[in-house]
Formats: sequence, structure tokens, C-alpha cells
Amino acid sequence: MNSYYENKLTTNEEKALLDELLAKENLTPKDRMAIPVQEMPVQDPDARIHTMSEVALGYTKTQAQLEALRCLQCKTAPCIKGCPVNINIPAFIAKIAHDDIQGAAAIIRETNLLPAICGRVCPQEKQCQEPCTLGKSLKDVGKAVQIGRLERYVADRERAQGIIALPDIAPPTGKKVAIVGSGPAGLTVAADVRRNGHEVVVFEAFQKGGGVMVYGIPEFRLPKAIVQEEISKLEKMGVRFEYNTLIGKTRPLMALFDEDGFDAVFLGVGAGLPKFMNIPGENLVGVFSANEYLTRANLMRAWDTGRAATPLFPSKRVAVLGGGNVAMDAARMAKRLGAEEVHVVYRRTRDEMPARAEEVAHAFEEGILFDFLSNPIEILGNEAGMVTGLRLLRYSLGEPDASGRRSPVPIPGSEHDEIFDTVIVALGNESNPLLARTTPELAVDKHGHIIVDEEQRTSIEGVWAGGDIVLGAATVILAMGEGRRAAASINRFLAEH
Amino acid sequence: MNKIIAKERLSEEVYKIVVHAPWIAKERKAGQFVIVQRDIDYGERIPLTIADADAQAGTITLIFQTVGESTHRLAELEKGDSIQAVLGPLGNPTHIEQFGWVVGVGGGIGAAPLYPIAQAMKQAGNRLTIILGARTKELLIMEEEMRAVADELILVTDDGSYGTKALVTEPLKTLCERSPAPDLVVAIGPPIMMKFCAATTKPFNVPTLASLNTIMIDGTGMCGGCRVTVGGNTKFVCVDGPEFDAHQVDWDNMLKRLSTYKNLEAQHHALYHEEACKLNAAIQEAEKHAGL
Ligand SMILES: Cc1cc2nc3c(=O)[nH]c(=O)nc-3n(C[C@H](O)[C@H](O)[C@H](O)COP(=O)(O)OP(=O)(O)OC[C@H]3O[C@@H](n4cnc5c(N)ncnc54)[C@H](O)[C@@H]3O)c2cc1C
Ligand SMILES: Cc1cc2nc3c(=O)[nH]c(=O)nc-3n(C[C@H](O)[C@H](O)[C@H](O)COP(=O)(O)OP(=O)(O)OC[C@H]3O[C@@H](n4cnc5c(N)ncnc54)[C@H](O)[C@@H]3O)c2cc1C
Ligand code: SF4
Ligand code: SF4
Ligand code: FES
Repeated sequence: MNSYYENKLTTNEEKALLDELLAKENLTPKDRMAIPVQEMPVQDPDARIHTMSEVALGYTKTQAQLEALRCLQCKTAPCIKGCPVNINIPAFIAKIAHDDIQGAAAIIRETNLLPAICGRVCPQEKQCQEPCTLGKSLKDVGKAVQIGRLERYVADRERAQGIIALPDIAPPTGKKVAIVGSGPAGLTVAADVRRNGHEVVVFEAFQKGGGVMVYGIPEFRLPKAIVQEEISKLEKMGVRFEYNTLIGKTRPLMALFDEDGFDAVFLGVGAGLPKFMNIPGENLVGVFSANEYLTRANLMRAWDTGRAATPLFPSKRVAVLGGGNVAMDAARMAKRLGAEEVHVVYRRTRDEMPARAEEVAHAFEEGILFDFLSNPIEILGNEAGMVTGLRLLRYSLGEPDASGRRSPVPIPGSEHDEIFDTVIVALGNESNPLLARTTPELAVDKHGHIIVDEEQRTSIEGVWAGGDIVLGAATVILAMGEGRRAAASINRFLAEH
Repeated sequence: MNKIIAKERLSEEVYKIVVHAPWIAKERKAGQFVIVQRDIDYGERIPLTIADADAQAGTITLIFQTVGESTHRLAELEKGDSIQAVLGPLGNPTHIEQFGWVVGVGGGIGAAPLYPIAQAMKQAGNRLTIILGARTKELLIMEEEMRAVADELILVTDDGSYGTKALVTEPLKTLCERSPAPDLVVAIGPPIMMKFCAATTKPFNVPTLASLNTIMIDGTGMCGGCRVTVGGNTKFVCVDGPEFDAHQVDWDNMLKRLSTYKNLEAQHHALYHEEACKLNAAIQEAEKHAGL
């Protein structure tokens, strides 16, 4: 088995080590560097592939304190620059070392509204943990301070203690703000704008809030109760949610101003149509976009076959095309839904995969098979129009391309067929065309992404946008960061108008 | 939550409900649909065409046939009950203009979505012929409504129990043979019917629209589940449709994709009936005990 972690201590050893360290007056960098990286307790792979419950179980208090003591408290704190919302990382970590959870939570909340979520889903090894001095000194990014895990620990402890710290809300201003979409971008704007005393209504097309965090990212990676809690918190702050409302269709965008009396609108509508490869056989029965597959399983709860009305396609041998988080989620979901063999088919190798390192490691542990350096040229089917397999080409890695990754080069004559009954396409999304089509005034670029300025303002006065609809498929924390910037600008605008 | 204001059983398998949905009633245009979900936790999202609407009263009319579990469950709701989620109006409105002579073909439940299009075409000044077809008399709906808008109404049933014994393609062919031929045919019904309507009008080069009823999840262009092949390209019915040039649609592929969950749905359907039977037995038992 391929393990991502090293230096596992027993619980007693951990405790003894922590006591010893806490007894010292001053910890030298050498002391700190000698503390092993704290492994995240996880459900046993053989057991977890039969359940939807969360894989990573969270640090114990001892582990969290040990991990916190690893932080060198660098004066320059390069980790802060690595975090898209610039959390004061050494400061909150120092609080954990002294078991001051509320203190740590307060520091995190200065800049991050969704720590329980970011701690779980941020690609830390590419963000805050990438420049970490400790990881650099130990010459392994995997040995950086486990900032994300610590952040999650703080948020979970806070929640477990039942402390729901609602921010202060300024007196009513009489101004109204509409938020379109309830993904991380929309939820962030809702919180920040509501705090300034404005009335806030969130319009969401689906029957539930949270965006990709509820319909895309599976329960076993991000429990839906956590997202729901964030939404409840906003409701308690006085934010109103209007579900089953598709702005651009149910209400034209401009009617929000002209008829409904909103003073500002934020568009956080997320990515859109799934990309396909344009190879023969893509519309065969048994070919799904990852979005469809995951939405059926997550939002529609199709895995709960006794109760859910939404059906799932019965699969034995599944091929997932792609190498990002979406591909990992689809592959691991397929495994949990009973597929006997799940293959991830990816053009490059493990090193180039854009997915979070932890998800890739978990996928390996769960017995997902990786067909690296191969790519389909055709999806094969039978007369009934059902998928029967893939025709694949083998690749080798050539020179680095513009993204710095070595680009795959097909090996001539390497065609070969593999048997599959299901193909899940996880190659990213185009942008959702709906708003742009129904609102010609809204300027979009050639990819359909909404064009914004440095304050997230769109071409229409009073309309801001952020998240995946601006960035293309990005991350939860980047969507949140854009939301914060937009909210600040909206608050300024409303103060002046 | 959307309240059911009125409910009517049009035939053995067909129901008409009037649902409170003021925004949708205001915005909808002919050819658009909604996605209905009886229960937001475990319910399926099912697309249904808006058969009529009253912007003043803030209501929309849905006409649906009970084919599987979700439509059966929807049919259980009575006047005064609520549907937990109704999303819409979705899809592009039908392109309405004065074409000249328009022929509408409604097969079975397809008569319902055809009705608002027929109304709009008539209003735009078209001469309107409507062909309504069904397996049997019981399943033929919207006759009165269509008679009120159409210049000419042709009724056919597969078994000859009402109107002429024929498939809709037979009168359609006869109309295409007239000179001049129809300027536009709009066919809505079971995919197999639309496929054969397309095949019928093709040799006459009569422009033909079909409204596709694929499987859907979100209906907003996110999941890709509704995709079809049109003119060799992949299109998404919920954002690019639901109407397409019937001569360009890859019908065989669409028919196969519609059968994706066939076995599972059949099982669900059977389970549903088993449950309903058990429930009935339990009710009878209870009534016996209560001495009713
Ligand atoms: C399977 C999967 C796994 C991922 N894993 C990770 C991960 O591990 N880490 C990470 O950081 N990122 C991950 N991402 C990416 C991340 O989820 C997104 O970048 C992020 O959610 C984008 O946020 P957003 O607020 O822009 O939009 P979204 O989360 O997409 O939310 C947009 C919301 O707007 C609604 N909406 C759309 N149009 C309208 C309209 N016209 N009117 C009303 N409502 C509308 C949608 O229904 C949706 O709920 C993953 C994405 C997917 C699909
Ligand atoms: C844009 C659009 C508009 C529609 N308008 C109407 C309408 O106005 N009235 C109406 O009665 N129906 C309409 N339909 C079809 C309706 O959505 C389906 O009948 C419904 O989803 C079936 O759900 P179910 O769970 O009851 O049946 P299921 O158990 O899902 O299916 C039962 C049987 O019906 C077949 N089936 C499943 N889905 C569809 C489908 N989408 N179209 C055709 N056959 C299907 C299956 O192959 C299966 O054999 C529309 C579909 C679309 C896409
Ligand atoms: S928000 Fe994300 S990037 Fe920032 S510190 Fe937390 S885990 Fe790291
Ligand atoms: S860079 Fe690493 S070691 Fe330095 S302060 Fe940040 S987390 Fe701590
Ligand atoms: S129904 Fe999901 S993209 Fe059309």
C-alpha cells in the first residue's frame, strides 16, 4: 500500500513527547524540526469504501498541539503569502500550541469565513504549505507544517463546543443586495455585506445551498452538515435564501434592480457545462460527466437506494478520464457505489496530477487503479449503444509546456482496447452561458467568463462577480477570496450611494 | 414550496395540475418547461412542460402522464398539497413568427406541451393544422382546447377507438403532399413518434421542429446529462433546446440514452406498486378492525 505519511507514533508516545516539549522553557528550531509530522487519523481503506462517511477523522488534541509546536514561527512567515486570503498562520498556530481554541478561531475568522471547509479541501501543498520554511528545510513539501489540518482542527473543536460566534451586524441601512448562487463566493459576500447592515437575499437555482460544496464534493470528503451549518449561521444573521430560483430565467437579472429594488447584485454562479473530449462514442449509454455522476450521488442522494428516487447506473468496470480533484472524487464515489474495478486514465503521471496530494493518496489506498500516460481516442460501444470499452493511446513525457508541466507525447502505434462498462468524463467545465445569453449588457470573454476589474466589478454598474464564473474552474478559497474583495467594494459603493 | 391550486384527472394515466408559481407564470413563454421535485431530499427532478399559465393568478398548468415512480408520486398530491420545488421557466422559448401554414403534431402526452405553441402560432397569424394522436381514446387529451385554436383538427388513434385508425405520420404525410406543403411542422410526443415524423417530412423538405424530452438533472446547463447529438455536434437540451431541427437529431442515439436507467426504473416502479399494495392491504385491515 502506498502511504502518504511517515513516523507514526502511538498515542502514548505522542502524549509523552508533548509533555516533554511543553515542559521546556524555550523550544529551539532543532527541537521543533525533530517533531514528526502528525499523521491524520483516517478510516481504514477497506471499511471506508463501503460508506459515505468522512475518510479523514481529524487530529486529536495531542496531535494538534504537537503539530502546532512544529511551526518555527518565522518572522517572515512565507506561509501567509501562500494563502490566498492571507490568514495569520503562525499566530493561530501558536494559540493551538497553548490549547487556546477560541483565540485561534478568532485569528482565522479575521480573514477566512469557512475554515472547516478550507481546512478540508484547500490544495495546501500548492498554497500555504508550499512555501513553508519547515518543509523547505526538510526538503519535502509533505513535511511542511500541516496548516490545513490545524485549521480544520480549530474549526471542528469550535463547532463541537457549540460556540457559534455570530459576527456583529450593523444597524439596518435600508439597502438591499442580491447574491446569485450560494457557492463559497456567494456565501462569503452574503456574510460580509450583511455585517454592514444591508438586507441580503441569496438566490439559488438548486433546492439546497452550498454550490459545488454540496453537489460536487462528496460527503466522504466534506460532510454536508458542515456546509449546512454555515448556511444556518447566515440565516441566523438575517440572510434570506430563495431556492429554486434561476436568475436570468425565473427573474431577469435587470429586474432585480428595476422591479425588486435591489441596490447591488453579486454573481457567483460557478462553472457550467462539462467539457467533453469530442471523441467518437461520447454520447453512448454509460458515459457521464463527473458533474452528473456526482450530483446524482451527492445532491440527489442516489447512493441511498432504498429511499432516493434518482437512479444510478450500475457499473462494474469504470474508467474515469482526468487527473484533478473532480476525477478523484468520481473514482472514489464509483468505488463506494459498488464498482468492482475503477481506473483513472490520465495522460501524464502522478507528479503532474492537479488533484490534492491527499486525495490521490487516499484513492491509491482505496484500490483505485491508475492508468498513467494513456488517453482515449474513442469510446467503444455495442449495438444497443452501451459502452463496452476504451480505445487508448500510450504516451511518453516530453518537454515542459507553458504550464511548466512536461507535456505528454503520444507513442505511435500504441493503440490498444480496454474493457469498461462506464466512462466518467472529468476534464473540467466551460462557463455557464445562461446569464450572458439572457443579459446582453454583461461583458464576458471568449471563454464566457464574466469580465471584472480589480474590485470584481462587471460591465454593469451595480453588478459584481466572482468565483468560478470569473476564474474558470478554481478553488473554494479563491472563490471566497474574490467574494471578500467584491463584498468590500459593494460595501464601499453602498456607503457612497 | 409551490401549492397545488387545482387538480384534474384527464384520463387513466394523465393528470393536470395548476400550481402556484407567480414568477414562472410571469416569465414563461411557449415551449419552456419547469423541473419539479416533490421531495427535495430524496425526490427525483423531473422536467415537465408548462402547458399553460395565468400571470394574473400567478399559476402555471402542468399536464403529465404517470410513467414511473416520480410521476406516480406527483399524481398522489391533491389540491392544497405542495410540491417542494419547482424551477423554471427553463429552456429557450419556441421561435414564433408568421410562417404561413403551421402543422402541429401532438402524440399522447405531447399534446400538452404543443398547446401553448399552437396558441402562440395562431396568435402570430399562422394557419394552423393540428394532428392529435394517441394509442387509444382514453389517452387522447386536449381535444377541446386544440379545437378552439386550430383551423383544422385531425384525430387519430392506434387502435381506431376514436378518430381515424392511424399513426400520426399518415395524416402528416398527406398534408405534406398538399401544394403548397406546410411551412413548418412542430412535432411533440414520444421520441419514436418524433423520429418518424422527421422521417415523414424529410423527403418533402418541410422544416420540422421537435421538442426533446431527454433525461435531466439540473436543467441549467451544469450536468451534461441531457446531451444529444444534433447535426453531428453535442447539444444540451436544457440550454440549447428543448426544440431542435428534427432532421438533424440523432434519434437512435437519443432513444438509447433514454433507456439508460430502464431496468432500474422498472424495478423502482415494481417496488412502488408493491408498497402501494401493502399500504392498501394495511388500510383495509385497519378499516376491518375499526368496524368500517
Ligand atoms: C467534484 C469537485 C471537486 C472539487 N474539489 C475541490 C477541492 O478539493 N478543493 C477546492 O478548493 N476546490 C475544489 N473544487 C472546486 C470548487 O468547488 C469551486 O472552485 C468552487 O466551489 C467555486 O465556487 P463558486 O462560489 O464560484 O461557485 P459554485 O460552488 O459552483 O456555486 C455556484 C452556485 O450558483 C448556482 N447558480 C448557477 N447559476 C445560477 C443562476 N443563474 N441563478 C441562481 N443560482 C445559480 C449553482 O446552482 C451553484 O449552487 C471542486 C470542484 C468539483 C466540481
Ligand atoms: C423538456 C421536457 C419536457 C417534458 N414535458 C413533459 C410533460 O409536459 N408531460 C409529461 O408527462 N412528461 C414530460 N416530459 C417527460 C417527463 O419528464 C418524464 O416522463 C418523467 O421524468 C418520468 O419520470 P418517472 O420517474 O415517472 O418515470 P421513470 O421511472 O423515470 O421512467 C419511466 C419510463 O419512462 C421513460 N422515461 C424516463 N424519462 C423519460 C423522459 N424524459 N421522456 C420520455 N420517457 C422517459 C423511461 O425510459 C421509463 O421506461 C418532459 C421531458 C422533458 C425533458
Ligand atoms: S485557507 Fe487554505 S490556503 Fe489558507 S491557510 Fe487555510 S488551508 Fe491554507
Ligand atoms: S512558514 Fe511554516 S514554519 Fe514558518 S511560520 Fe509559516 S507555517 Fe510556521
Ligand atoms: S439537464 Fe444538466 S445540463 Fe441539461
